[in-house]
Amino acid sequence: MKKTKTKAKADKAYKEHLGFVGGLQELWKHKMLYLMTLPTIIWVLIFCYYPMYGVLIAFKDFSYKEGIWGSPWVGLKNFQFLFNYKSVGRIFFNTIFLNVLFIATGTIMSILLALVFVEIKNKVYNKIVQTIAIFPHFVSWTVVAMFMSGIIGGSGIMTRWIMDNGGADPAFYTTPGWWPLILVLLKLWQGAGYGTIVYVAAITGFDQEMYEAARVDGATRLQQITRITLPLLKTTAIMLTIMSVGKIFNGDFGMIYALIGDNASLYSTTDVIDTFVYRALRQLNNLGMSTATSFFQSIVGLVLVFTTNFLAKKVEPDAAIF
Amino acid sequence: MGKTKIKGTAIKKSGGEKVFEVVVYALATLFCIYCLFPFAIILGSSFETEANFATYGFPIIPKDFTVQAYKVVLGDAQIFRAYGVTIFTTVAGTLFSMLLTITMAYPLSLKKVKFRNVITFFVYFTMLFGGGLVPTYLLIARTLGLKDNIMVLILPVAFGAWNMFLMRNFFNGIPHELSESAYMDGANDFQILWKIILPVSIPGIATLSLFYALGYWNQWFNAMLYIDNSKLFPLQYLLMRMLRNADAMKEMARSTGIAAGEIPTNSLRMATTVVAIGPIIFLYPYVQKYFTSGLTVGAIKG
Repeated sequence: MKKTKTKAKADKAYKEHLGFVGGLQELWKHKMLYLMTLPTIIWVLIFCYYPMYGVLIAFKDFSYKEGIWGSPWVGLKNFQFLFNYKSVGRIFFNTIFLNVLFIATGTIMSILLALVFVEIKNKVYNKIVQTIAIFPHFVSWTVVAMFMSGIIGGSGIMTRWIMDNGGADPAFYTTPGWWPLILVLLKLWQGAGYGTIVYVAAITGFDQEMYEAARVDGATRLQQITRITLPLLKTTAIMLTIMSVGKIFNGDFGMIYALIGDNASLYSTTDVIDTFVYRALRQLNNLGMSTATSFFQSIVGLVLVFTTNFLAKKVEPDAAIF
Repeated sequence: MGKTKIKGTAIKKSGGEKVFEVVVYALATLFCIYCLFPFAIILGSSFETEANFATYGFPIIPKDFTVQAYKVVLGDAQIFRAYGVTIFTTVAGTLFSMLLTITMAYPLSLKKVKFRNVITFFVYFTMLFGGGLVPTYLLIARTLGLKDNIMVLILPVAFGAWNMFLMRNFFNGIPHELSESAYMDGANDFQILWKIILPVSIPGIATLSLFYALGYWNQWFNAMLYIDNSKLFPLQYLLMRMLRNADAMKEMARSTGIAAGEIPTNSLRMATTVVAIGPIIFLYPYVQKYFTSGLTVGAIKG
């Protein structure tokens, strides 16, 4: 008993008083392991940390010739410019609104599908269904853009169906009003099946005895789902939702740019922070505003992540990230 | 007393149960149709005669079957070059990514590495905050001069922090006894990693490799930003240009000797798409289980 106590104290002392020399000793003691991490550390330094100092551009009137150090400070002027930009509210709104739609519909759809998948008793059909449902996730948004041209384009299936049945030309590619719906349907196509993986794993992990007991008591499958499965899934669902909310200020550039591209007529409902940042760099050539925008986005994101992680800990103490 | 078999169907299914089952199967089937429908359009349209698009729209079953679009796609070098670029970046990129990921994940999975938490935070912080598009663009385009260089499709995107933590979770599951006995035999850490840990971690390695490979195969963003040389376009970026840019298709048709006015634009786009995603459709059923298990491990172990 005494021996372990003293050893524990010694360990703690070792850790607390690692110091400079202690640190070097540690590096030497496990030199191979630390050496192993070196290439990746260098990579992270170059591609992640070095660009961080580039956020200074957000506070400067940047010109390529002067570089970052040579360009003059302008304090918060780029941010002022950003917030006075006439469509800035729309951009922030779209980012958050679309993400809210995605999270809400995605969660409901994934849970619904997971419940359905678990109920399919035929093993072969079950495998087939899950394989098909997950597949859309593996296809890039450029492919999606391709088939969308065949569905909502000028000769597209949807377009023709509407017009053949007496409707006016829906003009999908020039009418912004359609797009929140279109984007949600596409996000579900791509992600709802993939999202079932976690829920199916959770459901199949539940103790089957509860269901047995319920069945003996005469509960129908539907009642078993609503009274047993759903309440048990609540924690997982809340956790995943909280995690998603942490990223609510980040738009899905890949999806939106692949589908919308530079089609300005659709910006009012589809332009998000990330596409704006891209445009500010590539088209407007306004590096200061672009950097200011992504810097603002990162700060908000940071706050959101800490907040949502705090909330997550309250729901499920083990599952939070830190 | 012999074994008493309890039949699972001892409790009779009521009418309501049957309805429930029908609904379940119906929903599942509907969703599968929803998932497959776009692919059916792509495939069907790729074989349709161009003239029919204006009159009949995009078919699932072509009215006038033709392989002309495929003749154009496969008759031009561009798709093969794009395949070359994509295959190279996927293979080389995945190898490089796995190298960076494993060498970081393994030490971080060992409790005896005292600076573990410092390094973990060092990596994790990059998931919370970053320089953003502009500084990254300046770094890659100007400081590193990677424009029109195939490495721009590999180097800047090689390491994924999330992937690394997933790999670390896999390593956490390996019992220490395995490496302990090797230490006592005098092996060093590199040997232990290579000869003992990796062979045991094949499922995790397979999963991570597939995650990375999929990312490399589907990437187009860096190509859009940094590559102007058409010989270096990866597959997905080629598709994007064909959709956006009429010239991209004229280039392709030129080698097959088709006049500019007669390019089968719609079916050509679809045929190129089919050729581009063919391998994924083919490989997918075999690799699907790795993604499913990888995600489960990652989500549940956090």
